[in-house]
Amino acid sequence: MLEDLFSVVKVRFNGDKTEDDKKKTDIPKGLLFKCPRCRNVTFMEDFQKNGKVCPHCNYHSRLTARERLDVTIDKGSFEEFDKDMISKNPIDFPDYEKKQLALREKTGLKDAVLTGKAKIRGEEIIIIVMDSNYMMASMGSVVGEKITRAIEYATANRLPVIAFTASGGARMQEGTVSLMQMAKTSGAVARHSEAGLLYIAVMTDPTTGGVTASFASLGDIIIAEPKVLIGFAGRRVIEGTIKQKLPDDFQSAEFMLENGFVDMIVERNKMRRVLAHLLKLHKPAKEVGENE
Amino acid sequence: MNDLTACQRLDIIRHKGRPTANDYIPLIFDDFFEMHGDRLYGDDGAVMGGIAYFKGIPVTVIAEVKGRNLEENQKCNFGMPHPEGYRKALRLAKQAEKFHRPVICLVDTAGAFCGVEAEKRGQGEAIARNIMEFMTLRTPVISIILGEGGSGGALALAVCDELAMLENAIYSPISPRGFASILWKDASREREACDIMKSTAEDLIRLGVCDYIIAEADGGAHNDPQLTAENISDYISEALERKLKKGLDELLAGRYNKFRTVGEFEEFPKGV
Repeated sequence: MLEDLFSVVKVRFNGDKTEDDKKKTDIPKGLLFKCPRCRNVTFMEDFQKNGKVCPHCNYHSRLTARERLDVTIDKGSFEEFDKDMISKNPIDFPDYEKKQLALREKTGLKDAVLTGKAKIRGEEIIIIVMDSNYMMASMGSVVGEKITRAIEYATANRLPVIAFTASGGARMQEGTVSLMQMAKTSGAVARHSEAGLLYIAVMTDPTTGGVTASFASLGDIIIAEPKVLIGFAGRRVIEGTIKQKLPDDFQSAEFMLENGFVDMIVERNKMRRVLAHLLKLHKPAKEVGENE
Repeated sequence: MNDLTACQRLDIIRHKGRPTANDYIPLIFDDFFEMHGDRLYGDDGAVMGGIAYFKGIPVTVIAEVKGRNLEENQKCNFGMPHPEGYRKALRLAKQAEKFHRPVICLVDTAGAFCGVEAEKRGQGEAIARNIMEFMTLRTPVISIILGEGGSGGALALAVCDELAMLENAIYSPISPRGFASILWKDASREREACDIMKSTAEDLIRLGVCDYIIAEADGGAHNDPQLTAENISDYISEALERKLKKGLDELLAGRYNKFRTVGEFEEFPKGV
């Protein structure tokens, strides 16, 4: 699924190489953003100013978990949970520790998710943010445990949960233990839901595999960012099965909306406002008909 | 218990004479009545469900079926369910809850089907919904992996109070083929993949995923389906006895904790 995803993104967005691609240019890396979806080029500075959204086609590119927190929650309101938790190597997968050490160095993260308490326009929430820069935010023991704990905390303290999902799916390096994280996180969602509490899932690029098939699809409200990839099976796998190329918009946020699996598509610059509004709408009020 | 390697077990579960749910159901249950459809879209041949007696106790049986010949294979899509299969399973599980029947799930799939229609009808959502609903289903659920337990497609029928595996069965986050194609970009190295995936019943007992191993006939279940069915039947008797004497709240707490405790991590690693 993981490797598949990288290639999905490449194939999906680059498709067949165009004439332009063949003519090598000498523009230094990092100066330009080339949109993987519409292939248009933007100055990196303009792309950054636009909140990492392609100004040509509105593709909402990936954010790091820290960037996501910066644009979503009230400044200084984040209290991180379980920030030192790191994974063991349950199936003695070759070089798993080494790979993680290198990634920790590179990303400054301990694993692929940040969880904690925060506020959005003063409303207290539990927030979960996945970061695809860390092993494509695949779900291993740490991702599963941190998400489960955060949701359990929300249930115990009667708080809403907002989860920004992004993932390539199960973490192969943790074998079947990884698969069990789907059940663990979904179980926590079930209890949070039974307690009558609000859970909003915000699907960001890319939300796929075991995360789509567990807590990401279980929100009371499911929001997606424009043009992001959302699906269960890898695109290449499906193309292999049906022996034909799939249309560009297959497994996009818009595709999911059309097929009834997403409530709304919200642009990044409106996300905070929409979330604040939804939180307000769900604020515990007096029960209808309840006496003073 | 034999001591075969993971990939020798893979050969056994891929044996063309390997008994499937269609073979076991008549050997284990009495008066099986099949029920059809998810009441939303259609009827998926890859998931068979119905009600039956197990040693005089009414139960709901939900099984992934692979088929025993090409015609059956096609009818049940080689055991790879579409969303309507999982939704049928959930409908029958809810019915079991209503009538206080235990649910017996027989898992046997390479994985949920990967196709355009499956995506359009929400394969991810269907699996997610099953996982969540089975977690709080107020009746005992026993799942048994007969051969291949592939990915979320297996887990959708394996959120249970007890998970048993036939001794040669494997249960993995992806098929060995898929694993090999991710690791080495070479699907043909599935036999190597199989050995490092740690997905056999014994591995999964150690990892806290599987609770019991059910013995197969010598050399594999295909050598004596009748005997293997008797072993499965004995296991179900014992499992039901363990679970039926528990109160529902205790049962559900146990089910939640069964999954809650799987995972290996360090909270306060040295040097951080």
